[in-house]
Amino acid sequence: MSLSNDTIKQRLIEKFGDQVGHFEEPYGMLTFEAPKDLNLKVLQFLYDDEELAFRFLTDLQAVHYPDNKGRELAVVYHLHNLVANVRIRFKVFTDINQPDVYSATALFAAANWMERETYDFYGVNFVGHPNLKRILNVDEMDYFPMRKEFPLEEQTRVDKDDEMFGR
Amino acid sequence: MSDHHIKLPEGSIEKQTTTLNLGPTHPATHGVFQNILELDGERIISAEQTVGYIHRAFEKIAERRPLYQITPLTDRLNYCSAPINNMGWHLTCEKLLGVKTPKRVDYLRVIVMELARIADHLICNSIVGVDTGAFTGFLYVMQYRELIYEIYEEVCGSRLTTNIGRIGGFERNFTNTAFEKLEKFLKEYPKVLKEFENLFNRNRIFMERTIGVGPIAADRALNYGFTGPNLRAAGVDYDVRVHSPYSSYEDFDFDIPVGSTGDCYDRFLVRNQEMWQSLRIIEQAYEKVKSFKGKEAEVFHADVPEYYLPEKKDVYTKMEALIWHFKIIMGEIDMPAGEVYQAVEGANGELGFYLISDGGRTPYRLHFRRPCFIYYQAYEEITRGSMLSDAIITLSSLNLIAGEMDA
Amino acid sequence: MARPVQYNIYGQTDVKLVKEGPEGYMGEGFFGTSLDKVVGLARKNSIWPLPFATSCCGIEFMATMASHYDLARFGSERVGFSPRQCDLLMVMGTIAKKMAPVVKQVYLQMAEPRWVLAMGACASSGGIFDTYSVLQGIDQIIPVDVYIPGCPPRPEAVIDGILKVQDLVGKESLRRRNSDKYKQLMESYGIQ
Repeated sequence: MSLSNDTIKQRLIEKFGDQVGHFEEPYGMLTFEAPKDLNLKVLQFLYDDEELAFRFLTDLQAVHYPDNKGRELAVVYHLHNLVANVRIRFKVFTDINQPDVYSATALFAAANWMERETYDFYGVNFVGHPNLKRILNVDEMDYFPMRKEFPLEEQTRVDKDDEMFGR
Repeated sequence: MSDHHIKLPEGSIEKQTTTLNLGPTHPATHGVFQNILELDGERIISAEQTVGYIHRAFEKIAERRPLYQITPLTDRLNYCSAPINNMGWHLTCEKLLGVKTPKRVDYLRVIVMELARIADHLICNSIVGVDTGAFTGFLYVMQYRELIYEIYEEVCGSRLTTNIGRIGGFERNFTNTAFEKLEKFLKEYPKVLKEFENLFNRNRIFMERTIGVGPIAADRALNYGFTGPNLRAAGVDYDVRVHSPYSSYEDFDFDIPVGSTGDCYDRFLVRNQEMWQSLRIIEQAYEKVKSFKGKEAEVFHADVPEYYLPEKKDVYTKMEALIWHFKIIMGEIDMPAGEVYQAVEGANGELGFYLISDGGRTPYRLHFRRPCFIYYQAYEEITRGSMLSDAIITLSSLNLIAGEMDA
Repeated sequence: MARPVQYNIYGQTDVKLVKEGPEGYMGEGFFGTSLDKVVGLARKNSIWPLPFATSCCGIEFMATMASHYDLARFGSERVGFSPRQCDLLMVMGTIAKKMAPVVKQVYLQMAEPRWVLAMGACASSGGIFDTYSVLQGIDQIIPVDVYIPGCPPRPEAVIDGILKVQDLVGKESLRRRNSDKYKQLMESYGIQ
């Protein structure tokens, strides 16, 4: 009845061989990685399989690692199996110069706005998304603010003195 | 106007749809989010949502601040129930640091979180009442929210954006006045909740306005990522407090109220029932807290020297306390590296914190899994085909808090 | 039979508890004073606010409007949501850059005389959110009359702010809105 991390790892390796890798368990949550072309296949497998049944997408977001050349943007999916109460984390890495990742909207309706938010903040282009445009920032913004190279504060403000504010 | 051709349903007498902007400033949208509705007469054909009118870039700010300075940011996520957000954040930090809190701290946290849940549900339900035209319920229950605010003030000093608790526990022990106010609340509030229910539950007008309005099926709700009272009203009994217990929730005995159709009436009833269950939990927690005697009754925080400020008298006399005080205030504490995801049951659903730390002083990446953002996507599907006034009721019964939506 | 009224002031006999009316010449059946004092008195005790609540300050405003810290006793019984019908624009909460054109448009739709109250730290100066997406204070786009600091301000502070607005309204000269100084102020914000 209870689904352990080892069982999940076993099933994934059986199905995808050595394409899934980097299995870790930080703080008890199984984390693994797959190439970005396989992300929909892995998600579909985790959804359809009767034993694994990860049918709830808890969270979808991205992380920017400017130092890993070729793998700068990581898209992270948190999935949850509500019946057996198991959570896993699934990461997909992509190059920043060509950040195309297949969209999971067809499988999880929840992914719609989460992918738009990820696009808005990091510029990850989700292929197949029905309406990929900015959601939280102003539409005219031409850069992706959460990337590490951009500053937090607005640079044109005149009333806040950076020295006094400790920046 | 409607430049994308929307096919009008059969039997419509209109020639084209009307575009109505249920704009960011509207009395019915409690918070700033926009809906552009395409109407055929009074029926809604489609709705397009725009959010982001209060985007404050929390996640970017959090990359700049040490852990304890992020707590005031989490306050402003779901500001109607700020203590739940604060406690969730402290639990995330404690998970990262590997801190185990003593039982008394857990029980006090449970009391504060359940009070916050009652406060949030009171706002949501009374605003549903206001939107149907019943203003009395709102005025009546706001009086009891003031009592809850007074309890917060005794503990942390502020009413709404509480910044309550610290990593490892609380900043000060709960005073006797706080417990007296809690007892007063526990004595007076059940009668008020009963009266509030009597005003609405079997009220003919309220029932006609909310039954069958804005339903959502359980499998669609799960696919959309719904959690919290909205999901429970649709029939799925998923509650983070039961599935992944945190802060000693497994020691308490409470039920999870579940609805059947997921319409506005079910959501209203589920929230009311959750308030009764919260009262039960608070009473049990208060009994447990009272049962600690002597030295144990003085415990209000775990021992986390790197993040919990030492006592002032130690700072003035002992060397280690002085050094820790300096390091904490100047923000020179390094975090252990790792990535952690912690979820708590917020008033609207599963509020998740995903924290990636690279061993520096500030988080490398902090992401808030905000339930309001995720379930607002389903609004179009919920209201398609309903009338305009029903759309307003659905909007307020979903309990959309703009601060949580945009973060 | 009315019960005897007691005043909570001891030792002062000649005290005026409530400033009843403006100064002027009283007589049998008439009262002579200047027009703007009367108009000011009427306006200040019947301000219709427009609560432009965006975030946490909005919830504190709801608590101020509720029965514990009743705002209606100062004349603001009817909160309107239509700018065409309201006198006082109360901006409560953070205004993001996406929302700024909306605030400006609401302000432009209000009819003279109009006053603006910035409630909370975010509306006054951006608050704790010194970021790329938050407008650092609404006075970058519209002229503000009263600022209420706090995060969120206590309901007593909100009432204090409203009383200050009432003060401003009561003392305002009838010619102010047509004066050159006011026109210059409006032009500096780009409002005709």
